Amino acid sequence: MPAPIRLRELIRTIRTARTQAEEREMIQKECAAIRSSFREEDNTYRCRNVAKLLYMHMLGYPAHFGQLECLKLIASQKFTDKRIGYLGAMLLLDERQDVHLLMTNCIKNDLNHSTQYVQGLALCTLGCMGSSEMCRDLAGEVEKLLKTSNSYLRKKAALCAVHVIRKVPELMEMFLPATKNLLNEKNHGVLHTSVVLLTEMCERSPDMLAHFRKVSLVPQLVRILKNLIMSGYSPEHDVSGISDPFLQVRILRLLRILGRNDDDSSEAMNDILAQVATNTETSKNVGNAILYETVLTIMDIKSESGLRVLAINILGRFLLNNDKNIRYVALTSLLKTVQTDHNAVQRHRSTIVDCLKDLDVSIKRRAMELSFALVNGNNVRGMMKELLYFLDSCEPEFKADCASGIFLAAEKYAPSKRWHIDTIMRVLTTAGSYVRDDAVPNLIQLITNSVEMHAYTVQRLYKAILGDYSQQPLVQVASWCIGEYGDLLVSGQCEEEEPIQVTEDEVLDILESVLISNMSASVTRGYALTAIMKLSTRFTCTVNRIKKVVSIYGSSIDVELQQRAVEYNALFKKYDHMRPALLERMPVMEKVTTNGPAEIVHTNGETETAVLETKPPPSGLQPANQANDLLDLLGGSDITPVIPTAPTREPASAGGELLDLLGDLNLTGSPVFAPAPQIAQPPFLLDGLTSQPLFNDISAGIPSITAYNKNGLKIDFTFERSNTNPSVTVITIQASNSTELDMTDFVFQAAVPKTFQLQLLSPSSSVIPAFNSGTITQVIKVLNPQKQQLRMRIKLTYNHKGSAMQDLAEVNNFPPQSWQ
Amino acid sequence: MVALRVKKMRREKNRAGKTRLAKWYMQFDDDEKQKLIEEVHAVVTVRDAKHTNFVEFRNFKIIYRRYAGLYFCICVDVTDNNLAYLEAIHNFVEVLNEYFHNVCELDLVFNFYKVYTVVDEMFLAGEIRETSQTKVLKQLLMLQSLE
Repeated sequence: MPAPIRLRELIRTIRTARTQAEEREMIQKECAAIRSSFREEDNTYRCRNVAKLLYMHMLGYPAHFGQLECLKLIASQKFTDKRIGYLGAMLLLDERQDVHLLMTNCIKNDLNHSTQYVQGLALCTLGCMGSSEMCRDLAGEVEKLLKTSNSYLRKKAALCAVHVIRKVPELMEMFLPATKNLLNEKNHGVLHTSVVLLTEMCERSPDMLAHFRKVSLVPQLVRILKNLIMSGYSPEHDVSGISDPFLQVRILRLLRILGRNDDDSSEAMNDILAQVATNTETSKNVGNAILYETVLTIMDIKSESGLRVLAINILGRFLLNNDKNIRYVALTSLLKTVQTDHNAVQRHRSTIVDCLKDLDVSIKRRAMELSFALVNGNNVRGMMKELLYFLDSCEPEFKADCASGIFLAAEKYAPSKRWHIDTIMRVLTTAGSYVRDDAVPNLIQLITNSVEMHAYTVQRLYKAILGDYSQQPLVQVASWCIGEYGDLLVSGQCEEEEPIQVTEDEVLDILESVLISNMSASVTRGYALTAIMKLSTRFTCTVNRIKKVVSIYGSSIDVELQQRAVEYNALFKKYDHMRPALLERMPVMEKVTTNGPAEIVHTNGETETAVLETKPPPSGLQPANQANDLLDLLGGSDITPVIPTAPTREPASAGGELLDLLGDLNLTGSPVFAPAPQIAQPPFLLDGLTSQPLFNDISAGIPSITAYNKNGLKIDFTFERSNTNPSVTVITIQASNSTELDMTDFVFQAAVPKTFQLQLLSPSSSVIPAFNSGTITQVIKVLNPQKQQLRMRIKLTYNHKGSAMQDLAEVNNFPPQSWQ
Repeated sequence: MVALRVKKMRREKNRAGKTRLAKWYMQFDDDEKQKLIEEVHAVVTVRDAKHTNFVEFRNFKIIYRRYAGLYFCICVDVTDNNLAYLEAIHNFVEVLNEYFHNVCELDLVFNFYKVYTVVDEMFLAGEIRETSQTKVLKQLLMLQSLE
């Protein structure tokens, strides 16, 4: 068999291939030759063959049949063989192939080889692709090499240790003693890798972190850093005039980890950080890299405020730099710190706003986010102007975010209602189709709130869609407004602006064209139809036209439209007397949750006849989960659940939850949606928000009963009736524990039949001490307007003797005086 | 480069999309690797001079620099210092330049195993190992003499 071709030849040949197919053919031919050569166990040319195989692998062709050959090369004594063998191992093998374990022994021998280069190769391979089993086996060897005096090997060993720790974190302890001396090295390479090793250890394990803090690692690092900065020109590690920037950056990073959340360490490094920040040259990228790392460190540790201001000023200077990389990096960091150091960042606001005009997309995005974070009451007008301009010119992928951001900011800081509405209009007209869907109901709610601006708003909206009705959110809002305030539009009253002369027919024209247009989405058409319907009560001369339009859509293909049209038709025909009341002006909507954007009840401006129920708000709703459970247990048949109250219940929050629960309930007819659910209940129960029952005149003499007595837990009921309100019974329960162990986490729940109403006040405690040495008391108020016999089901949960206990019982033995 | 656990890989590719060198410090299947290479290539080659040298990619970032017809890309964690790795790339290229005496793309093609050695001298386990160019060159010459 002729000698296999040399690597160079192969490469040259393959490069002459003109098509993919030709190349594949050559490669297949060569692979076949290599395979037969491998079969012959040819030692001399194995190295060459594997090298060629690796090249072909790099081009993307399969080379797994060479894996075993790599192992044979590794086992050889020749250095060149080993080198290619290890390279092959790193490229072809990974921990998922079982073959790789065969390498372990070879690597172990090589780690103890006499030549440092062989040892180095072994360390390198282990560090790149060692699997957890290999790492476990060889960790000891690596640790030995970590202590050697040969700096070439020490460097490699340190990084290899990093890899071992990553794979097998439990082995971290093993490397701890070796780290003691690592930082005493002069050799920068060793220092660098040691710092990396220490960093990895500190990040992985908080114990290590604490240990290193104690071992006063910080002063050591500070000293090294100082030497680096102060020392003169060192040709070996110099990069553009700064000595070993990589090491500086790594040390700064380690300092950051050590100083995080730790006052002492942070204090120890304050000086050096200030020094680095002021002395580093910023003309080249290298200096900036160091400064950037310094800034990150300052921000993360507990630094004093002067230092933080210094850091932000550095970032501000970065923003003015010509190099866009640096600007990008600065914007990213400022975004992270804007929450904590708001004032300092504000100073650079104008520079940030300038970055909105940058060419690079990622810079623009960062600048936009940062700008939104910086908007406050003082600068809102100026910032909005810039942001609106940005909205005009930015890429489509930003428009949705930008629009939402503008809405949010406008809502929080609007200086006047008119400005607010103008801003919204501007956004709708420039980026109308990118506005998020949930913005429409928000906007509508906003518009209803600014009562005095209704005429102005509807006029502007009308003008906006007159020319162009393709932007759906804009058209939706506009239709809704026209439907509501169309009378203001045609009457020509507008204080803020020159009133326009519009006739009813013109208004109907525009709404009809929205309905007909192909560009309108189904939702938009719904809005338009409802708007037309509402105008039937607000307009005087065009009612017939409206009737006609509505009846046409009664046979529309779109089911939604059809339904609406049919219902409105019915309104005209049979329920004409109800029509004015139904289509009345909408009340001002309360925004219950001011935190999140999308909690608003979705009101589509619909006045459907079917859904005008004012659901009795409270009794169907249980904000507590306990009550839900009870309901599930009891089959939910004739029981109303309990609403346990805490003394400091705030009505507003209750209303919020209520609103969530109601979800998509249409609140059209219930303008009195005041938050507290208890309001619909007889007011006396509100008095019970204190834990003392307020009854001064209690009729005595109602016998108390033992409601429950099992497993050492006894619950007694004592009764009180009020003379002022005879339907109220106040029950005080007392729970006692006759066993020898305390009962903890005791919770008492009760349910009564539907005709009753129940209120549980908070218990005195949740622990019943043993041996009857104390009791838990809790007050229950029962409202019994129909004077029916009192029945109650109770559920008890508590922890006793280490296990959770739960029990259900029915109480039927209420004395007649308690409810008659 | 590692840049702290997670993924790490570095790569040199030419404009036509051929990968001249790919070093992985995390485990991937061959087809995953191929896919990743293609994705990175797609992301990086469309950017021109007015873009920054950093790209967000999946949940990491790629730091790249173009030298003549080659893109040198390093994929690091989001928490790493972009500018420092940019310097590392430049350091590496300077070493290549010295070692091959005015390196060009063909040098990298024909001596790929030597290039891997350079990589291994300067980076290990995904971290920067040796930053002094003189030291690295000395090692490389010694290794070469063993051949």
